[in-house]
Amino acid sequence: MHAGRRLFIKGGIAFVALMSLPKALLAGAWPQKAFQSTVAREALSDLFGTDQTTPSGEITLGAPVIAEDGAVVPVSVKTSLQGVESISIVVEKNPRPLTISFVFPPETLPDVACRIKMAETSNVMAVVKTNDGIFSATKEVKVTIGGCGG
Amino acid sequence: MASNIKLKVKLKGEVAEVKSLMLHPMETGARKDPDSEDIVPAHHITQLTFTHNGKPVMVVNCSTAVAKDPFFSFSFKGASPGDKLTVSWVDNKGESDSIEKVLG
Repeated sequence: MHAGRRLFIKGGIAFVALMSLPKALLAGAWPQKAFQSTVAREALSDLFGTDQTTPSGEITLGAPVIAEDGAVVPVSVKTSLQGVESISIVVEKNPRPLTISFVFPPETLPDVACRIKMAETSNVMAVVKTNDGIFSATKEVKVTIGGCGG
Repeated sequence: MASNIKLKVKLKGEVAEVKSLMLHPMETGARKDPDSEDIVPAHHITQLTFTHNGKPVMVVNCSTAVAKDPFFSFSFKGASPGDKLTVSWVDNKGESDSIEKVLG
């Protein structure tokens, strides 16, 4: 068989194998234990194996100074840090502090936005995991009407 | 059945800016029904996956504290017109929904 054709077929088989890898490999299973944790430090340990984060000025955490409605608080996280693997948000005073975790490959930009619930005024921490370590930025968000429905 | 997911993508060169809004009650499991006084059971999206031509470009793991009718936005590189973007979610009751869009 012509060498080029052999290489093409090998490449084709590798491609198909790669494409059939389960999606779950990117992020793994839903991190139940971390989401059920009632203490911010424990949630971080459950998710990352450590509760230590390095504050970084390269993380821009967008959140309102005052959230009128704790049921819908817009939050954005952007960073110039390199090699970002995930961006998570921890709301210190929520009954379960770990709120959301974005996990993504290198071609996805480390710039995400979402809307979260906050039970009461609290520090909101953006946690950025890179291949160099775990970094964070924190902002206090005041909440006038709590959003957990209790 | 029509999907309850809206997916918007803007192509800026090879960067795709993605915005998605989906209907879901995102019940925390802590709220009391005002009429029956019973606790409304938790019902929330757990994991969402966005794929670009079959490859995951974003996975979002959610707690009950993601707001009702979740909204997400993010961007990824390497996109071209004609590419396929999908978003799918599963929730704690095993329900799911998904939608596919062709970029361009």
